[in-house]
Amino acid sequence: MKPALSVIFFTVLSGTGYGLWCLLGAALAAGIYPFAGTGVLVPLIFGFVLVTAGLLASTMHLGRPGRAWRALSQWRSSWLSREGIASLVTYLPMLAVGWLAFMGATATGTRIAGALLALCALATILCTANIYRSLKTIAAWRTRQVLTLYFMFALLSGGLWLWAWLALTAGMAISLAFPLALLALAVVAAIIKVDHWKQVDAMPANTAGHATGLENFGRVRAFEGPVTEESYLTREMAFALARKHSARLRRIAIVLFAFVPALGIVIALPSGATWIAPIAALAAIAGLFVERWLFFAEARHAVAAYFPQREP
Amino acid sequence: MTSLPAPAKKKLGLVIDLDICVGCHACAVACKEWNDGGDFGPLPDDDPYGSEPHGVWFNRVHSYEVTGTGNREQGTEERTSPLAAGRQSPVPDETAALPLPVSRSPLPAPQMVHFPRSCLHCETPDCVTVCPTGASYKRAEDGIVLVDQDKCIGCQLCAWACPYGAREIALPHPKSPTSDKGRKDSKRGTMQKCTLCVDRIYNETLDERDRQPACVMACPTRARMFGDLGDPDSDVSKVVAEREGFALMPEFGYRPVNRYLPPRPRRDGATVQATATVAEDTLDAEQLPPLLRWLDKALSR
Repeated sequence: MKPALSVIFFTVLSGTGYGLWCLLGAALAAGIYPFAGTGVLVPLIFGFVLVTAGLLASTMHLGRPGRAWRALSQWRSSWLSREGIASLVTYLPMLAVGWLAFMGATATGTRIAGALLALCALATILCTANIYRSLKTIAAWRTRQVLTLYFMFALLSGGLWLWAWLALTAGMAISLAFPLALLALAVVAAIIKVDHWKQVDAMPANTAGHATGLENFGRVRAFEGPVTEESYLTREMAFALARKHSARLRRIAIVLFAFVPALGIVIALPSGATWIAPIAALAAIAGLFVERWLFFAEARHAVAAYFPQREP
Repeated sequence: MTSLPAPAKKKLGLVIDLDICVGCHACAVACKEWNDGGDFGPLPDDDPYGSEPHGVWFNRVHSYEVTGTGNREQGTEERTSPLAAGRQSPVPDETAALPLPVSRSPLPAPQMVHFPRSCLHCETPDCVTVCPTGASYKRAEDGIVLVDQDKCIGCQLCAWACPYGAREIALPHPKSPTSDKGRKDSKRGTMQKCTLCVDRIYNETLDERDRQPACVMACPTRARMFGDLGDPDSDVSKVVAEREGFALMPEFGYRPVNRYLPPRPRRDGATVQATATVAEDTLDAEQLPPLLRWLDKALSR
């Protein structure tokens, strides 16, 4: 699949924002978030910027962005429609949390709003992941790990920003359990991602014989495509550039989203070097851009089998 | 509404005979021509006169080399018979003196199969259900899958969901000088696909025999047939039953309506000679003029 920048920005940035909102909301709901007022508003607004930037980027993928509102109508069957609705609904508890933090209102209200924010954010991540997971034509996106990874990456990347905010404002000592949980999350996410890549590599590609049904009559070789030029299908679905560099890009992704944040947490906790936290968060988001680029670029679409195979 | 309608009795679709398709692309060109000017036109091109003319086509013809259809009865034994056996020119020339080329290939000669590819108007396609706007829909009355050009937002999820490559989006080409103007055109930025010429098949201003998809009308070898595949007594259903027509990639569960008729096994040189001998044996001597009948009798002794 062609790795469209708009969709990569959308899934990475919005994912990070929803992960941040989810953890912030959960901490507020549990009553363990150490701040009130501005301490809530700053990460909340940072999450708002990430989420909104991602959603706006996603409209750049549309041929007719002006009609984007129409996407809210088919929630009965379409995960993309559900994602659109969930993303907009999530703004409501976010506004409630913000308003309560701004007004300095009751703890109970904040708890309820926080819980709703966490749930809505999780629902939106679920919808985003299912947009891709629901496509039967792309076997690499049909695996069990895809859903888990979308959740883990959102929580990891958003969590690192929340940790950065906590560390920068109140010092490293304010929370030990949270960064340690993020450390574990980074390691587990990396393991699952490597497992996913192994599974993707082992998938047999669709063949011309199978796609045409001619395999029952002999050995089939795609001799000639319909046109000498590229077409929408070959540009969009038969994207083959990634395979050439995939091993190196995979290492870069793992190092950035898992190894650097994990190492950062290990160094920052005993040393108290708070400046490491935002660097770890930046590294994770950069790693996720590479991971998401590969997620699209390495995914083989069934339709590619109709065309003569080109060497990457 | 992009939820699928209740299954309809009528399933309009195409049957494509891979045995006689000659890969002339007339169906693709006729499709492009009709849909550029019909009710759904214009069918946009990204850069029609530029260096990269990437246009939208509803129908595209691929060519595949299939090895093994030629002589299934003989397996893949080594063939040493002269390639030109049975096809020598009746007029002797200089080249006739040269030894005939001999094929020592362990495999039978490959056969070229031309394969027109377009929307299969599936019964339960995901291209309809993934659509977030309701633009992509399946008609309840005859099963035709269409895109409402006024609702489509161009998210391309339907094209991603289709394993048959039936959908192509019309996006303004970045290098095209008309791209800005094109953006305002209602056809730009939206998904395009085969309409089964819904603006022909019900068009009462056309002569009744012309109420068929443009690709079917244009095919010079009659390799394309149009009809109701939901009716077991229709001509198309009968030919599918007779020739064991097949659906593409049924494992996706989309239940395509269109069917492809398989290529028949080709005869190689040896088979041609064998059938020729058989034909000689069944010569009906009673039908011959008296002189030849006597000759036949004399020579058969």
